[in-house]
Amino acid sequence: MSLVHLTINGENKSVEVPPMKRLLDVLREDLHLTGTKEGCGEGECGACAVLLNGELVNSCLIPALQANGTSLCTIEGVSTEGHLHPIQQCFLEKGGAQCGICTPGMILATQHLLNKYPNPTMEQIQEGLAGNLCRCTGYMRIFESVQEAAKLQNAGAGA
Amino acid sequence: MMQAAEKAPKPVKQLDHRYEGISKVTGKIKYAGEFSEPFAKSDLLYAYLVQSTIPSGDIVSIDRAAADNSAGVVTILTPFNAPKLSQAPPQPPARRNLSLLQDTSVSYNGQPIAVVVARSLDEAKSAAALLKVKYAPKPAKIGLKNRLAEARWPKDPGKEPAGNHRGDAQAGFSKATVIIENTYITPIQHHNPMEPHGTIAWWDGPKLNVYDSTQYITGVRQSLAKTLNIPVDFVHVVDPVVGGGFGSKGSMWSHVPLCAMAARITGKPVKLILEREQMFGPVGGRPSTVNKIKLGASADGKLLAMQQDVVMNASVMEDFVEHAEGPTKNLYMSSANSVSAKIVEANLGVSTFMRAPGEAPGTAVLEIAMDELAEKLNMDPVQLRLVNYAETDPSHDRPWTSKNLKDCYQQAADRFGWSKRNATPRSMSDGNAWIGYGMATATYPANRSAAMAIVRLLPGGRMFVGSGTQDLGTGTYTIMAQQAAAGLGIDPTLVEVKLGDSTLPKAPVSGGSQSSASVLPAIQDATSQLKLKLADLAIADAASPLHGLKTLDIDAKDGKLFNRNNPTQSDTLTDLIARNGNKPVEATGSAEPAESKDAMSSQSWGAVFAEVAVDKDTHMVKVRRIVATYDIGTLLNQKTGHNQLMGGIVWGISFALHEEAHIDSVYGRVVNESLAEYHVPVNADIGTIDVSTLNIPDLKFNPIGSRGIGEIGITGTAAAVANAIYNATGKRIREYPITPDKIMLA
Repeated sequence: MSLVHLTINGENKSVEVPPMKRLLDVLREDLHLTGTKEGCGEGECGACAVLLNGELVNSCLIPALQANGTSLCTIEGVSTEGHLHPIQQCFLEKGGAQCGICTPGMILATQHLLNKYPNPTMEQIQEGLAGNLCRCTGYMRIFESVQEAAKLQNAGAGA
Repeated sequence: MMQAAEKAPKPVKQLDHRYEGISKVTGKIKYAGEFSEPFAKSDLLYAYLVQSTIPSGDIVSIDRAAADNSAGVVTILTPFNAPKLSQAPPQPPARRNLSLLQDTSVSYNGQPIAVVVARSLDEAKSAAALLKVKYAPKPAKIGLKNRLAEARWPKDPGKEPAGNHRGDAQAGFSKATVIIENTYITPIQHHNPMEPHGTIAWWDGPKLNVYDSTQYITGVRQSLAKTLNIPVDFVHVVDPVVGGGFGSKGSMWSHVPLCAMAARITGKPVKLILEREQMFGPVGGRPSTVNKIKLGASADGKLLAMQQDVVMNASVMEDFVEHAEGPTKNLYMSSANSVSAKIVEANLGVSTFMRAPGEAPGTAVLEIAMDELAEKLNMDPVQLRLVNYAETDPSHDRPWTSKNLKDCYQQAADRFGWSKRNATPRSMSDGNAWIGYGMATATYPANRSAAMAIVRLLPGGRMFVGSGTQDLGTGTYTIMAQQAAAGLGIDPTLVEVKLGDSTLPKAPVSGGSQSSASVLPAIQDATSQLKLKLADLAIADAASPLHGLKTLDIDAKDGKLFNRNNPTQSDTLTDLIARNGNKPVEATGSAEPAESKDAMSSQSWGAVFAEVAVDKDTHMVKVRRIVATYDIGTLLNQKTGHNQLMGGIVWGISFALHEEAHIDSVYGRVVNESLAEYHVPVNADIGTIDVSTLNIPDLKFNPIGSRGIGEIGITGTAAAVANAIYNATGKRIREYPITPDKIMLA
């Protein structure tokens, strides 16, 4: 067993887990943060995506020990003080979420994308979210959600 | 029971966004495998399913010594120690032929053959790797295309007969000026909802509780009771939200009773979640179909005869028929039809319903043949379909409850710009890509079953509505809230919805596009009963402004009961319930298909237009645009409804270009059992999708006028893409998926 220290959504946490335990399971089983989903367990679908030191990673591929000392953002940390983040608001209003399993990963991938490209082109959106599978929405509403979120964030930044 | 009143219903106020949307975008909503109560979380054990590694034979022995001694292992279930269960013949959708460790036979590669239960998933998995299974293999039946001669009639074809004739097809062909005759093939596909199947089971004395990811809580409840030989009242199934199903969760599969068995033996709550690779066999898939299609037409394009003979693979464990011949029976008005559906047994997992069973592969193949016929006749493909427009249902010789398909063709063709199409292949290009336009007809039958619902008026003028249905991301919560609100004329945001719990009034499987068409009429009936009760409450209440009126003079609107003859005379629902001591008033309702349902046919329709770009060097296909218009009756919610249609269209694109399970020709295992190798579209694969609906209520079908929307999007789309690829390249590919190698070699 290893003692792993993590900063999750701004809070310091320590867990005693097997060193090779998947970060995904540490989040879901040990810390009860079930917002991070498992779709494939092999890094193919992006449902378990989280931000690790600001980088988008599939948490099913990260051993717990590798995450030691890092700062993580999961879907539970995206909204603040009970208010939806603009990206969440847009996924809600534009219909970017359907069955909801891909949604947390898709929202974190969007956050990562908009940090990189505040005004993404359609191609950048499609490429930026290409690692996140959705089997329900037909993707169009996801594109619209991201475009609207970019607009909202930029308007907020300019204000 | 409400009768279908054939007058336009009052428009129902729509929710602006998905009822459970906030809990989804914040990640707070809990799926079946995520609950950690009401049992003690520290008691929870983890089960891992062990699968066979041969396709056919017997298990001689399982050496479990190392696994038993592995850290954390609590118990291991194998065919040699599993408790005996009562096995009943399959009865789809609820009950299937399962692998429950009752004998040592192996019928397919990947079949569940043991369950390891441990304190953690890692420990269960590592112990499973230590099991040494010794097999006595038998020759396996593998393959379809090379075994067509073994085709036989299915033992139980389901609702439809496996063979069907109307008119004299041979006479029609002999009179035909133009004949198209080819073989069209669709592959084995697996549903792959994003949420893997999963179950948590725990026993409370003789009573069994399960959280299960399912499209059919009532089916799971009945099947568990039957399999475990306990009263149905002793089984409680809960699933408040499903992460997609597409048919794979419409039946209870082996892992569910295995999880319950493990929980009974250990006396602890047990969680069993399938891994992605375990979803390619043990939870069903769409069979591969080989379709011989022959179309005969006169010079003016009139169909004189249509013939389709389908041969598909079926598991040696259970006959399942994919009725790909359906559209050939009823999509066009031909003078004669002849169809058959036969199966070839294979050592594969049991096939099952997958999004638009029958019509998805059926339209995918027939609509290519129609495109070929149009070309041979030198006729526009839309015109060919109009010439053969079926004003009545040819398969049953009876009227449709509603059909406005001509408007779909017209509207979608206009939006797409179909008139700019050049019928000559390779006549349009853009940069290094050939551009092609194609179209096809979409269709899916409208289904409806008996359903029940409960409604309550709550303090503060709020409402509760409940029904034992499911929400797979389809929008059931949303439309239930809308329907309940409409019944009392309140705002839908004031409604609390409960579903996915077997203690609620029964509803059918969420499959076959029937949930909204079945459950909403039950809610409509329940709210009518509730309104009568509330009216009577007001009439009897001396303090009510409506005191002493007649029940039938009272109606509800804007949160009030009012006198129809003098609308200013009213009583708010909030006041009424407050004077009732804030005691909720409850009513139940039910609805079932009208007895006259056999006098008419109900079907949904659509027209799909596709533009593709095919790279001249790599032959990669990009679907640039899909434009589609659907006639699905009343559109219940613009956002959730369009999502369903667009999602279906992406499935159609996936059918056309990507999805195929490859079976190892020696070992019979699905070779590509992962999302890296089993291709489905990602964001970057999709161009633009433009959908619209006619939104014309079908009130002869049900009092809501809505025919269901879950399946139709996938139908037609695959053929529209295939036909566009032909228009782009001049290469007619008749075997899905249309991958670059097939175009290159054609």
